[in-house]
Order: sequence, then structure tokens, then C-alpha cells
Amino acid sequence: MSGWSKMDGRAVALAQANVDTDQLIPARFMSQPRSEGYGAFLLQDARADDEGHVLNRHSDVQVLVSRRNFGSGSSREAAVYALVDFGIRAVFAPSFGDIFASNAVNNGLLPARLSEDQIEELIAALGPGEATASIDLEMGAAVIAGREVRFDLDPVWQQKLVNGWDDIDLTAQYDDATKKFRADRMAAYPWAMPAS
Amino acid sequence: MSVPLTLLDRLWDAHEILRRDDGTSLLWVDRHLVHEGSHHAFAKLASRGMPVAEPELTFAVVDHYAPTRAGEVAPDIRRMIRTLGENARAQGIRLFDLKDPGQGIVHVIGPEQGLTLPGLLINCGDSHTSTHGAFGALAFGVGATEVAHILATQTIWQRKPKALRMVFDGTLAAGVTAKDMALHWISKLGTGGAQGHAIEYAGAAVEALSMEGRLTLCNLSIEGGARFGMVAPDEVTFDYLKDRPFAPKGAEWQAALEDWRGLRSDEGASFDREAQFDAGEIAPTVTWGTMPEEALPITEVVPDAARETLEYMALEPGLPLSEVAVDQVFIGSCTNGRIEDLRMAAKVLKGRKAKVPGLVSPGSTQIKKQAEDEGLARIFTEAGLEWAGAGCSMCVGMNGDLVESGKRCASSTNRNFKGRQGRGARTHLMSPAMVAAAAVKGHLADVRPLLEGRT
Repeated sequence: MSGWSKMDGRAVALAQANVDTDQLIPARFMSQPRSEGYGAFLLQDARADDEGHVLNRHSDVQVLVSRRNFGSGSSREAAVYALVDFGIRAVFAPSFGDIFASNAVNNGLLPARLSEDQIEELIAALGPGEATASIDLEMGAAVIAGREVRFDLDPVWQQKLVNGWDDIDLTAQYDDATKKFRADRMAAYPWAMPAS
Repeated sequence: MSVPLTLLDRLWDAHEILRRDDGTSLLWVDRHLVHEGSHHAFAKLASRGMPVAEPELTFAVVDHYAPTRAGEVAPDIRRMIRTLGENARAQGIRLFDLKDPGQGIVHVIGPEQGLTLPGLLINCGDSHTSTHGAFGALAFGVGATEVAHILATQTIWQRKPKALRMVFDGTLAAGVTAKDMALHWISKLGTGGAQGHAIEYAGAAVEALSMEGRLTLCNLSIEGGARFGMVAPDEVTFDYLKDRPFAPKGAEWQAALEDWRGLRSDEGASFDREAQFDAGEIAPTVTWGTMPEEALPITEVVPDAARETLEYMALEPGLPLSEVAVDQVFIGSCTNGRIEDLRMAAKVLKGRKAKVPGLVSPGSTQIKKQAEDEGLARIFTEAGLEWAGAGCSMCVGMNGDLVESGKRCASSTNRNFKGRQGRGARTHLMSPAMVAAAAVKGHLADVRPLLEGRT
């Protein structure tokens, strides 16, 4: 995964609370291999039921602004794949599902937290249309529809997004500590190994 | 004197290999459970040419796509199941496949096999992994990238969550279950109410729960936003685990018991947050909307809510919930597919007929056998319900067990999200006993009169 620190693109409002991961990608698409891309599956049922859905009217967008509890529910990382393959780089919302947010960061997608008031202001400014958006990850700042906002993001996640770190590589440097921990644990708690 | 610790502190400290300056911990994983959906992670590992680091601590099970009824299996479902088998065999991982008598839903068979133990850190690429916390384990769901990381290293990077103690005082009334406790607290605190927290459930009503009830309660933690739910282990826990296939035996069992008895929060331990409920005030509860927080006692009416939600659910404000007609019912899932759940539903259905069709899918093949031996399966079929095989089934619909668009289902599952049980499906969540009551009545119904022998 390659890192990023700045981006310019277009934003739209997905003016809904609780956009759960079952909505982001319905379960029936999850047996598909990733190689063909998951973008077409993004919010598939909502888009099929509503011709005027914001993502039917605007397909070249990189930033979503949405309401509380975005990405709640199922841990399916496919929800993030669908967003990323559609072209989304950042989601702004007052809160995110915990598992969704980690999955997002692991795939270079920014889950940026703003206050409820800021989100409502952006949703009002965006209306049903699109507007330009620019994000500076290192500054923790963005300009969306002409409004300047500073967003909340765990500094560890910020670093990870900027550097495009892969945790497996990162963990390799702690191999010795892990080996020692394993040996100590097995010795002190032999019952922790599965019997039979 | 040492600082009083929470159960979370104890479990965290026991698994922390190191903590980076930025506050992120590298944690040791005792058990890693994988299923068909883990194919992305295996592919990631293969692309790096890495083996599974600890195949003996990794267990694979067919559940999400497991066919539960006779008939043709769609090619993509067959492929998902085959891929898991190939990955497991290639890596030397113990596989519970469709022919294995130990097969079932991952969060049901973990405890059943004694793979889930107090004091362990357990990960699985599924949000309902919080279920295993019912044993006093540190158990949490992860995404595919994290699954790949655990496969490769048997460790996971994680920031310690905040501790939330949720106390249920008092005693549950007859006909009220752990499912009602969960729907009750989620309706009060909200779907995102416990985000960022690990919940420790405590209080007299929690201690009085069976293992099955505690599993249901911890299972639904994620529906209130918490990645972790846990209950301090006690004699109920130990009795459940003794002699399970993978549980410690002999001297190791004794050593384990000694360690496990210390797994609790100290008197005076400080929690980041506390919540308190009176179990005696909880009624049989049902959801009316498209989020688990949209739940009310069965004695209430449909509230005036967002138009979009009411339209999707085809409900009018003011309609008594007990008058909402259902098209079908489902009993099963990692939330409520255990033997006690089936017993409660059978108690309601015994000698009665279901007015609507329905599917009963036990949580595991062992539970299926037990239910057949106890005569429960016959009660279901004599009532007119279909008795199926074990798997995630109609909770998530990946295996083709779907609710048709526009149909309304009373369901013992965990998510009433739009489209969860099938595109356009309308789901009402409730306890298995309440699902049975809905089957008998043909509409959402209070189970309490039925349990008292009244019609």
C-alpha cells in the first residue's frame, strides 16, 4: 500500500446516519475475487433502488461526508474495498465503527472525525451536488466546499496513512520480543495451548 | 498496596508483548479462528510467500456459506468452501468442514470444543468474536488485513480500549432473556453507544445467566459499538468447560482453574465509564427499525421515526408492535442458536402450530444432534417449521437462506440492517422464545402468556 499526505478531489454528502457495512457491500458480493474490483458493489442496493442516489449522479468522487456511526456492524473489509475501488480516499463523519476504521486505515482510506455540527454544516454546503475537496493529512486539515475544517485522527493512524506502512513488515522488527514472549507464555501457562 | 485492576487490565497485561511510545500494543494471540471469508487474508499471505506462523493455534470452520438444506449448492458457494479447505490443508490447520461432527458457527463451536477458555486472547475475522468474552477471554473481531497479520505473526497491534462496566442488578422476569437485556441496553445507549470501549458485564442478573445467556449478551456487544464484551469467569464457566475436547485436562486443568479464579476486576477498580440497569424492569423486547438500537418492549407501539426507516419496514407510527403481522420466522445464528435457545423456543411451540413458515438452524452439528435426541427437533417440525443444518444461515444469507424482498421475518439473529437477511427483507430481532411466539400467533407477540399456558 502506498502512502499519501495530500489530495485534491471532489466531495459529496451521503446524508445518512448508520451507514453499516451490510449496506456498503451486501453480503452476496463477497465471494467475488478482489482482482475484478469491488467498486461496482458499493452501496449497490441503495443505488439500484434510487436512480437519483448521490453516487449515481456523481461517480468521480474521492470524499464522502456522512453522519454518525459510519461503517458500523460486520467486520467485512470488503466494505472498505468497495469504497476504495470506487475511488473514495476519505470519509468524514462524527463517528465510525471501530473495526471499519481500522480496516480503512489498513487500506489507505482516511476515516476523519468531525463534530456533529461541522458535519451538518458540510452536508448543508454540499447539498445534493458535489464540490471540491482538498485534504492535508499531516496538518489534519481539509477544505471541503470552501469550508476549512480540522479533523480528528489517531496520530498512529495518521502516520500509517502517510507512510503506507504495512504492519507485517513493521512487526518483523519485534520478532525477538515475540519469540521470547511466546516461550514465556507457554512455560507459565501450559493450559493455554489447545489440548489433544 | 497495588492499584486495583479491571478484568480488561489483567487480560491486556497478560498478552502485551510490548507497547510502542505511541501507545499501541503488540498483543499475543492464543487462538485464531478462520472461516470461508478469510480467503482475502490467505491470498495476502500467499502473495508474500509467507506460511501461517502458528497452525496449531489456528482453527478453520465452514459456517458463513455452509448449506443448511438439501439441494444444489451454487458454484460460488462451493468455491468459497473449497478454498477454505485448500488453505487449511496447505497450512496444516485443523479444519471443521461440513462432514466434521464438530462443525458449526465459529462462535458456537469455539466454546463447544473448549477452544475458547478464560484468559485467552481470541481473534476471528468476524465482528461477533466478542461472543467468546463470555468466558473471561479478550476476544475481538478483526478485518482481513488484520487476519493476514495474525496468520503471519500470531500477534496483533491494538490500542487498549476504554473500560465500561455495565451492571444489571436484580432478577429477570419469566420469559425475559439475555437477548432482551442486550436489546434493552442498546436501545438506551445507541448503536454507537459503546464505541471505543470494552464492556464488562456484571451484577446479579449477569451472574445468574447460564453460559448460553452470557454468550448471547457478549455476542451483541458489537451492536452497541463495542468490539469487546466480557464476563468474569466463575463456577458456571468452569462447569461448562470441563472435559471439552480442547480444554486442559488433569494437572493442567487444576493449574488453569487456579489462574482463572483470579480473572476478575478488583474491588475499587476504576472504569472509564459505568452503566447500570435494573434487570427486573426489562420486558420482552423487539426491534421495529433497521438498527439494533431501534428496539422497544413488545407492549409498546411503533414510534414516530424517520420516514425512510418506516417506509423500508412498512410500518405506521402508533401501530401496536403486537399487531405487526409476520410472513416467516428464523431461529438460529451465533447470537441465539445454542441448545438453551432451542429449548426455550420448543417450550413455546410444544403442542402448538406455527401460523407462518419458518426455518430453525442449530448453531452447530452437535447441537443439532442434541436437539434431535431431546425431541426438540420433532417439536419444531410438528409445529410446521423446517429443521435445517448448522451454519450462519438466514442471519446473513450468504449460503442462499434468504428472506424475500418485502417479506417480514421475526428473527433470533443480531442485525436488522437493511438488506441483511436479503435485499428488501424486513427483520425484527427478538429472543428465540419471542420468535416462537410470533410463529404461533402469526404476528409479533408477547411470549409471557404463552409460557403460562394461555393462548
